[in-house]
Amino acid sequence: MKTAVEPYLFLVIFCGVAVVFPVIPLLMAWMWRHFFQPSKPGASKNAIYECGLDSTGEARVQFKSQYYIYCLIFLIFDVESIFLIPFAVAFTGLPVGAFIAILVFLFLLIEGLVWAWSKGGLNWVN
Amino acid sequence: MSEQIDEGLKSELQKQGVFVMPLEFLYNWGRRNSLWPLQFGLACCAIEMIAAAASRYDLARFGGEVFRPSPRQADLMIVSGTVTKKMAPQVVRLYNQMPDPKYVIAMGACAISGGPFKQGYNVLKGIDRYIPVDIYIPGCPPRPEALLHAFMELQKKIDNQKLTGPGQARHLDPSQPGEYPVPAFGAHDLEPPANCSVWQPPAVERGGDA
Repeated sequence: MKTAVEPYLFLVIFCGVAVVFPVIPLLMAWMWRHFFQPSKPGASKNAIYECGLDSTGEARVQFKSQYYIYCLIFLIFDVESIFLIPFAVAFTGLPVGAFIAILVFLFLLIEGLVWAWSKGGLNWVN
Repeated sequence: MSEQIDEGLKSELQKQGVFVMPLEFLYNWGRRNSLWPLQFGLACCAIEMIAAAASRYDLARFGGEVFRPSPRQADLMIVSGTVTKKMAPQVVRLYNQMPDPKYVIAMGACAISGGPFKQGYNVLKGIDRYIPVDIYIPGCPPRPEALLHAFMELQKKIDNQKLTGPGQARHLDPSQPGEYPVPAFGAHDLEPPANCSVWQPPAVERGGDA
């Protein structure tokens, strides 16, 4: 009679090997440090910053989250300037309708700017 | 350590496929073939260092191509170029931040002695005034072959380092410091002008009565 082999047994063995294999070198390194290599900590070695310069000031810099409104407004106007450049380049060859269309576009832009300004979106500190 | 093993027994075992070696050999073998230099260049020597690491000269043949941008991961500091007094504290601090064991190659005339800029008011007259240097390479700048030669010499030095007893490696000796004092800017010069435990000014020999 054949003994029933657990089908997942090899997975258990595999997991065991996967754990033991990295643990052995780590253990050897730890033993080496413990028995041979003296620990030599120091102020610069334990320093957080590691580019050679002394760190100055606070690591925890706080900035206002309202900054994102400022960024969004900048982004919108930045993209819209890209629409205006081709218009300016082809200005002399354009019909009156295109001129009026771009005037409407500019009006919407200025209206948006006035709205954002009046809402206090351009103020750095609210 | 290797004297403790009988040579005849060693060769007999070798015939049977058993290799006996001291732990020291294995440790040094591993150390010397995986030197990771700190990626930091100070002046024109750094260009030669880049050339040595690139494909034509290929530092990777010696296991030293892994230039690390962080001192925490580096074993070897190649001081490649003029060390100004403005930069010297940073160099020493970077050396301090490297974990033991750490080695230093002073590359070129400037790193050794100040080189052509020795008379300059802001040039450090050799990085060995503050940190212990293992290998000096002369040249202005040294060719990549010279850097490879220095690398091989350093590997020889690591090969011969002792784990225990007198003359043991610096990082294994508890009496040797792991950090050296970082100089600061004084009124006229760096304070202190040199680390006396590492460097002593050479004795001046005056000529005789002649």
